Amino acid sequence: MSSIRRRLILILVLATGAIWLSALGWIQYTTQKEVTHVLDRRLEEAAHMVASLIRDGNVSIGVASNAVRQAPAEEDEEYHLVRQLSCQVWGLDGYLIGDSEGAPQQELSPAAAGFSENMVEGELWRVFTLVDPDLGVRVLVGDALAMRDHLVHGVVMGLLVPALLVLPALALLIWWAVGHGLQPLDRIGRVMAARPPSDLSPIDASRAPKEVQPMIDALNGLLRRVGGARERERSFTAFAAHELKTPLAGLRTQAEIARMAPDAATRQKALDQLSGAVERTDRMVKQLLEMTAVEHARPTPETRLRDSAEILRATVADLQPLAQKRGVRLEGQADAGLWQTGCAPLLQAALRNLIENALIAAPAGSAVEVAMIPEDKHILFRIADRGPGIAEADRPHVMERFFRAAGAKGSGSGLGLAIVAAAMDRMEGEIRLSPRPGGGELAELILPRAPRPGCG
Amino acid sequence: MRLLIVEDDDTLRDGLTVGLRLSGFSPEAVETCADARHALTLDRFEALVLDMMLPDGSGLDLLRELRAAGSDLPVLILTARDGLEDRVAGLDTGADDYLGKPFELQELAARLRALLRRAQGRAENLLEWNGLKLDPARMQGRRAGRDIGFSRREFTILAALMERPGAILGKAALEQRLYGWQDEVESNTVEVHIHNLRAKLGSAFIQTVRGAGYRLAPEEDRPA
Repeated sequence: MSSIRRRLILILVLATGAIWLSALGWIQYTTQKEVTHVLDRRLEEAAHMVASLIRDGNVSIGVASNAVRQAPAEEDEEYHLVRQLSCQVWGLDGYLIGDSEGAPQQELSPAAAGFSENMVEGELWRVFTLVDPDLGVRVLVGDALAMRDHLVHGVVMGLLVPALLVLPALALLIWWAVGHGLQPLDRIGRVMAARPPSDLSPIDASRAPKEVQPMIDALNGLLRRVGGARERERSFTAFAAHELKTPLAGLRTQAEIARMAPDAATRQKALDQLSGAVERTDRMVKQLLEMTAVEHARPTPETRLRDSAEILRATVADLQPLAQKRGVRLEGQADAGLWQTGCAPLLQAALRNLIENALIAAPAGSAVEVAMIPEDKHILFRIADRGPGIAEADRPHVMERFFRAAGAKGSGSGLGLAIVAAAMDRMEGEIRLSPRPGGGELAELILPRAPRPGCG
Repeated sequence: MRLLIVEDDDTLRDGLTVGLRLSGFSPEAVETCADARHALTLDRFEALVLDMMLPDGSGLDLLRELRAAGSDLPVLILTARDGLEDRVAGLDTGADDYLGKPFELQELAARLRALLRRAQGRAENLLEWNGLKLDPARMQGRRAGRDIGFSRREFTILAALMERPGAILGKAALEQRLYGWQDEVESNTVEVHIHNLRAKLGSAFIQTVRGAGYRLAPEEDRPA
């Protein structure tokens, strides 16, 4: 599990460390440059001083050479450094004329004039060579580079040691600050964890910082959707239970009548009522299950594309027995190869319910016509009957679950069109119901031809 | 006992009509609130069996209308919604009793008899006249320590007369008790049943009022 806290601390510590290190590098570089510049000037000045002392002739060459060690210095550090200078005075003929105390025996630099770096007795030296042709001498003044590095090292260490002492304190501060900054998240987490599963009320966002706001909004949106779905489910279940109680009461009453009937005719009639009611209740239970199946259908990888004409033909064939029983001709017409769908169960449920409705509404001797019509961007399924049609007053309500038109015969479950609507919702299609010219009802399913992702 | 049943489920409506008739009631049945209103203006009923969820509205609305119009018709609500709140709402709206679906026909019949008994101000669930005690629950009578059995139709006619002793009930009114609106009325049935009742109870028990109908004879020796 990734932790924001750990990540933030890591990022902050690494970033701070990196900044410290680059600052240190920068300081080392500039200090080195500055030290080189200043000490080079010193070498130059010391060489000129020795040369001028020799020229004045007041002092011996040895004393003049030692003067580099006593050169005035403004600060102790520099004085100490200057004292590290060594001086050699060579004759132009190549003999050592004199040198400062402690100066190396080896010639400091073979260079003719100016600055040079040279290995002397195993140490790297920086040397300034001054040639005075009038005096016939070469004055060489130099210092060991190790000494210069020591100086730079001292400066850098002076910065690094306090930094190393401060860093843990800084890390501690970062750790505390990050924890403090993440507190709103902790608080929301605690609030959510303490909730009972039934509590789907929105999280109070008034005290949350604005960075957390999008997350709270998204969570509240999810809570709202889950709550809505659960409310629908609950009302559906409650409704379904109520809707089943009435047919059950009918069944029970008829069964009691069959038991207490004084004559065979009454008993026979009660038994007929019973079997009819069992059939209707069975259909209602099937539709309840179908409704749930349609609403919860999930895309499954094994769902294969099926030709819609084949689905239509299969559905029509399934319903032929009902058509015969009702004395209605059921005619299906569809060309194969026009449209394939991965939502076969949904399309089948929608078609079956619409055709069943049409068959029940159609008067005996009439025909119910089912056709699949290809259009530019849509596929149209049209179911036409010659029944009484839907009453105008009922049109706004026919898609509602458990809605039954007043005086509707056959005691349907009131779920058929709700199933169709739910299936169309899942398939991103549309259902259109309209009065049919010449009498009857025209039901149309309008489905997008383009393949859609995600339907079971 | 004339009942009006308002229920939209075909099977249940048929079951209630047949079942309650077999239990000695004289029920009529309609499907919608509108039909119920119509029936109530056309005919006189002694009780109403009312479903709550009807295709053209709620049974509670119909009940509210009835009570607002000052009717004290006993009403039994029959519904799938039998939660506490629904029962309280139903009774507070003016229902006299409440029965959740599914129910037993026997219980419904017993509750209806109790409802009618209360409406008629009787403490005992027996109809009594001239020494005859009629038990609607068993469709049986008892007089001078002797049980008298009746057929369902005999009982229906006798109960109709005994519910309001002294009142004259016409042949049409009695036929209505025997048959629903949809039933074919067999001619002379009422006369045949009156004849049978007189054979069982004595010829003086039921009087014929020429041109008007039948009524019970006045009580001979009313106990103080």
